[in-house]
Amino acid sequence: MNVLEINNVSKRFGNLVAVRDVSLNVAKGELCAIIGPNGAGKTTFFNLISGFFPPTSGSIIFDGNDITRLSTHERVVRGMARTFQITEIFPELTVFENVRTAAEVAGGYRLRPWISRAESLKLHHRVEETLKLVSLEARADRLVGELAHGDQRAAEIAMALALNPHLLLLDEPTAGMGDGETYQITQLIRRLHRDSNYTIVLIEHDMRVVFHLADRICVLDQGRMLAQGTPKEIAANETVQAAYLGNAA
Amino acid sequence: MSAKQSRKLIVLAAIWIALILAPYWMVPLGGYTALATRVLVLGLAAMSVNFLLGFTGVLSFGHAAWFGLGAYGAGLTLKFLAPSTPLALVLGMLLGGVCGAVLGTLLVRRRGVYFAMVTIAFGQVFYYIAFQWSSLTGGDDGLRGFERQPIDLGLFKLDILSDANAFYYFVLFCFALAVGAMGFILGSPFGRTMIAIRENERRARFLGIPIERHIWIAFTLSCFFMGFAGALYALVNNFADPRGLHYSQSGDFVMMAVMGGMRNFWGPLLGAAVFVVVQDYLSSVTVNWMSFLGLLFVLVVLFFPRGLLGFLQRGKA
Repeated sequence: MNVLEINNVSKRFGNLVAVRDVSLNVAKGELCAIIGPNGAGKTTFFNLISGFFPPTSGSIIFDGNDITRLSTHERVVRGMARTFQITEIFPELTVFENVRTAAEVAGGYRLRPWISRAESLKLHHRVEETLKLVSLEARADRLVGELAHGDQRAAEIAMALALNPHLLLLDEPTAGMGDGETYQITQLIRRLHRDSNYTIVLIEHDMRVVFHLADRICVLDQGRMLAQGTPKEIAANETVQAAYLGNAA
Repeated sequence: MSAKQSRKLIVLAAIWIALILAPYWMVPLGGYTALATRVLVLGLAAMSVNFLLGFTGVLSFGHAAWFGLGAYGAGLTLKFLAPSTPLALVLGMLLGGVCGAVLGTLLVRRRGVYFAMVTIAFGQVFYYIAFQWSSLTGGDDGLRGFERQPIDLGLFKLDILSDANAFYYFVLFCFALAVGAMGFILGSPFGRTMIAIRENERRARFLGIPIERHIWIAFTLSCFFMGFAGALYALVNNFADPRGLHYSQSGDFVMMAVMGGMRNFWGPLLGAAVFVVVQDYLSSVTVNWMSFLGLLFVLVVLFFPRGLLGFLQRGKA
């Protein structure tokens, strides 16, 4: 069963074709990494999936339903959550409040002018569980804006998890991090994938992270899908080496 | 956590006790009860502006329109419809709120400066209507010829017309209702989505919040509060003035909110108190009172960027 099916999507900005005829299927429980040199269209591709803008052509099927023209928040309601290359959080709220907001919206309370004690307690537990999952329970009462970069990223992932997603989209989860933080986030994603069975699509530059985590790797280059395969296949692929890995090595 | 909560309760109790006893401590300090009444009404208006500015992160620079509409709504009700103070308040609030709700639908896609500009434009439309439609509104002279009416409580009549203290407590009661509703909304899941939008709109959108709809609801609520404040203001003066809709009046409200501290629920009330008291004192000394108030505003913004209350809180922490 595929959680996500992307069929021949293209995105044109004026004369620039940022994404050209890309197709991708993601199976339930799979971790798929998207790599490619700068300007390859990775983030545009991500924005198409999460509904930042509609594709110029092609279709996107999520959980069996066509979501090509749906708005961002409708996609989130259907179970798609994402994080950003530059961490997007609520800096002046505590870690707990950040995640509670997500849990309340996911619980369908967003328009409610009041909330019962029982419901509030249930949300409280849900938030605490989520924080435990990302190992932030000790920092629940700290302002997110004051945390270290790695913890902020973990908090952002916790907000995404609080939405009960069927699909987690992570845009460069280790961007701008030192080795220690990269390790922390990589371990977290690995746990989410292996232990909690989340279906994950991520963009990543750090090849150690990609080859450590991914079930499957997709290589984008100049808006095209250059190659797809297991980490082994990609490592052996000569076209990819020429276009991408060759430069890095 | 509990120490923080108990301190919050103490501050809250202190604010309400100060407000309840205002007619008794203001007079010995050289004030008068009507001044306290004005502070409450303009404070409510500034808090309504701040409901949007401080808690949704959206700056409306035309909120005086809904304030003025509330005032005209109340005045016209008393003058032409029925001599009933509660009816005047309700209809004034509805006039401001409904007009705000309708125009709000055109506003919600704008952001930042563009939002502020469009709200100014809409506000000025209402200003000119009030200014030009002399047969109904009295034009430049304002709407006269109505008086707030005593409140019939069954057992006895509350004479809010001639008894300044009785009127103060009536206004305080209305203020408490509105502010209570505001606080309740801000503490609810919906209120937390407002704060989420203020903190990070993109994140809020990707949590599944339909941003435009939520901003519209917050804007509309704020317009209703504003209309209510405007209706009270008409009762304070027994008069409605087209200048109450002018964008410079909107600017005054924003100034009160920013001066008092827009991240603080009570900040705008403090800002309004400073504004009204300084205005009252200086305008008896000089016609150029606004330049001194402007100077004070500049100083506050420069040295206490979080407003007076924001500064006081930091001092305590």
